[in-house]
Amino acid sequence: MPAPDQAGLAARLLEFGEELRSEGVAVGTSELLDGFAVLSEISWEDPADFREALAATLAKSQEDRRVFELVFERFFFRAAEMAAVREGVREEGGIDPDEVNAELDMETLRQLIAQALHDGDEGRMRDLARLAIAAFGRQGEGSGVIGVDVQRIRRQLGLRSEPQPDLPPEDPRHEGLPRDEIRRFEQILRRELERAQIERTEQLPPARPLNELDRALPSGPLQDLAAVHRVVAQLKRRLKTQGQEARGRKRRAHVDMRKTMRASLEYGGVPLNVKLKPVRPRRPEIFVLCDVSTSVTSASVFFLSVMHALHDSFRKMRSFVFIERISEVTEVFAKERDFRAVSEAIGRDAGVADISGYTDYGRVWREFRDQVEDELHPRATVIVLGDARTNGRDPAAPIFGSITAKAGRTFWLNPEPRLYWNYGDSVIAAYEQYCEAYECWTTRQLEDFVRALTKPLVTGG
Amino acid sequence: MLAEPASVQEVADGLQSVGYLPGESTALVAYLAARLGKPILVEGPAGVGKTELAKALSRYLDRTLIRLQCYEGLDEAKALYEWNYRKQLLAIQATEKTDWDATKGDIFGEEFLLERPLMSAIASPDPVVLLIDEIDKTDQEFEAMLLEVLSEFQISIPELGRVEARTQPIVLLTSNNTRELTEALKRRCLYLWLDYPELDHELAIVKLHSPEISDTLGRRLVEIVSMVRGLDLKKPPSIAESIDWARALLLLGADDIDQQTFNDTMSIIVKHRTDLDIVVERVGAKLGGPLGAGA
Ligand SMILES: Nc1ncnc2c1ncn2[C@@H]1O[C@H](COP(=O)(O)OP(=O)(O)OP(=O)(O)O)[C@@H](O)[C@H]1O
Ligand SMILES: [Mg+2]
Repeated sequence: MPAPDQAGLAARLLEFGEELRSEGVAVGTSELLDGFAVLSEISWEDPADFREALAATLAKSQEDRRVFELVFERFFFRAAEMAAVREGVREEGGIDPDEVNAELDMETLRQLIAQALHDGDEGRMRDLARLAIAAFGRQGEGSGVIGVDVQRIRRQLGLRSEPQPDLPPEDPRHEGLPRDEIRRFEQILRRELERAQIERTEQLPPARPLNELDRALPSGPLQDLAAVHRVVAQLKRRLKTQGQEARGRKRRAHVDMRKTMRASLEYGGVPLNVKLKPVRPRRPEIFVLCDVSTSVTSASVFFLSVMHALHDSFRKMRSFVFIERISEVTEVFAKERDFRAVSEAIGRDAGVADISGYTDYGRVWREFRDQVEDELHPRATVIVLGDARTNGRDPAAPIFGSITAKAGRTFWLNPEPRLYWNYGDSVIAAYEQYCEAYECWTTRQLEDFVRALTKPLVTGG
Repeated sequence: MLAEPASVQEVADGLQSVGYLPGESTALVAYLAARLGKPILVEGPAGVGKTELAKALSRYLDRTLIRLQCYEGLDEAKALYEWNYRKQLLAIQATEKTDWDATKGDIFGEEFLLERPLMSAIASPDPVVLLIDEIDKTDQEFEAMLLEVLSEFQISIPELGRVEARTQPIVLLTSNNTRELTEALKRRCLYLWLDYPELDHELAIVKLHSPEISDTLGRRLVEIVSMVRGLDLKKPPSIAESIDWARALLLLGADDIDQQTFNDTMSIIVKHRTDLDIVVERVGAKLGGPLGAGA
């Protein structure tokens, strides 16, 4: 078995165990000894084997496994990069971008990458990822946000899992590319972009310490409903003391929401503008858009209770839920005051907003703009509740920007810890340039937000 | 019986050759377990192939599979060994002797011992695969006993002496996570988390079981199943359900899953009454007409 630097590795492994322990994983001596034992059984060449072997000995529950993943990434990736920065080493790829650049046009690059994905050749993917980044960089399209760049590059390369029948049959894209490989290639792109960023700035991004609560998201336990309700009550009181609205009988026309939505299915599921428009007070002052996709499931109850409270306090308000597309739920809140019933109704009807189960922010912004454009005004507030995870789809930030430009203020409540923002497919930075984004998934954070929301809205009655 | 596996790849190929498609780390962990003689603790949702992994390992390594199915109240007598009381009584009745000490020696001999799975695994002259299924159903005391057996690989029987393992079994423990296992037990084991497979992996498994299924239908099937799993159901469909569904669709001669087909057959993958309602609303309604019309 290869043992280039046993002593060095031992020290690293002990440190790694220490980091795991500091994140609450019960790593003891016997786990570490097992760790050494498994590493002598496998080749260190294969990074996946290296990681999995350690995981099998150090992380012994699903929960620990998740922490392991995060710490492993942070620890070994950072360790390697740190050494490189110290020694001023530049990664040497099998293909030198500068040499090939001249001849390599975009279409050739696309073909090569498609082939590598088709073959599942990781080494080649890495080389080609560097080339793609170099080519992309020359076009000056870099956004500075890694998550966004990954998606832009992917789109430029036209990496799709759907078959592209108009291409010649011998082209791997003819049949469509394997999804898992596309995902792997994205990870490599991200790695290489991070590497490039580190080389540029000669420093590492800050370590991201995890804590209990970070880990609870996104699939952790639901927010304690009672606690949410308490803060929501507080939120109501705050908003009421602002004297926003004299409360009075609502005088809206009823719309059969389900019928409307069912009807929209006949038009390919696009919620049509011809929906029965309720008699609504002129110019809503709050627009709320709430992500109810699975990626924010644990936050959804929390979000819905926020919407519920807002509806209690603001008469001139419109609210929407979205996954792949948006559905207006203003009427659900108007008809139904019981929180549970509201949630159920939305859970039922929001299904229409979901074809693939994946959030499509681009589409959401377009549909939202189409529906509210005429009613936006400089004193209106837009609140978005969502995790800004695009699942690799176009973030369409400029459209979002055009919406915020017409509104007075726009807030974004993101249920993910800030530490996770802009990692993976989170593109919150692309939106943050147009709005104020808050980390909001606890009662305390909600209070912080409420303070921000209420202060500037004091308009003298 | 096969020689010890010499590489991870060999284990992966071996499992595949007996009809089990291992996920990313499954072959690796199985290989390490064989090399280091450590038990594997396998956890994951129902129906992701935990039990099947043990069976496949035994087929591939050509070892006998000894299975201890755990349940509430399982005790040593059922897991380890028991004296054959009836046979002992008969022997006592048949004996003419009045020398009770001698009789005692006779009736506590190996022929009066009823071997239970743990004992069989240890006493077996050939190495076996020992599957301790659903360990989370037992209590902590049982776990402690098991731990001893697994660390010593020997059992001492007061009347008979010590039975020591002559060969190294491969041990798999499965758990459905209904309770936390003790740290001590976990420490002894390598850990393998099996999750629902990725789309391509599940497609390959389905095709392994129903080779006639077309790529389009198979992919559509695993995509819908994965969508259904995302719905927060009481009992999400497992791999076994995907396999059954594929078979049913083939029998029906379906070449696509439209709303009608889905509604007719979804009870194969979703069993709970309330789950069915959710699935009709959230998935069935969306499938619409023939393939491609909605997307
Ligand atoms: N990787 C795989 N390759 C081939 N078939 C598989 C695989 N995984 C699961 N299966 C199939 O799925 C079925 C269900 O698997 P199995 O009974 O092992 O699940 P389990 O995890 O033990 O479930 P439970 O927790 O309910 O006991 C098996 O009968 C097998 O046919
Ligand atoms: Mg089982």
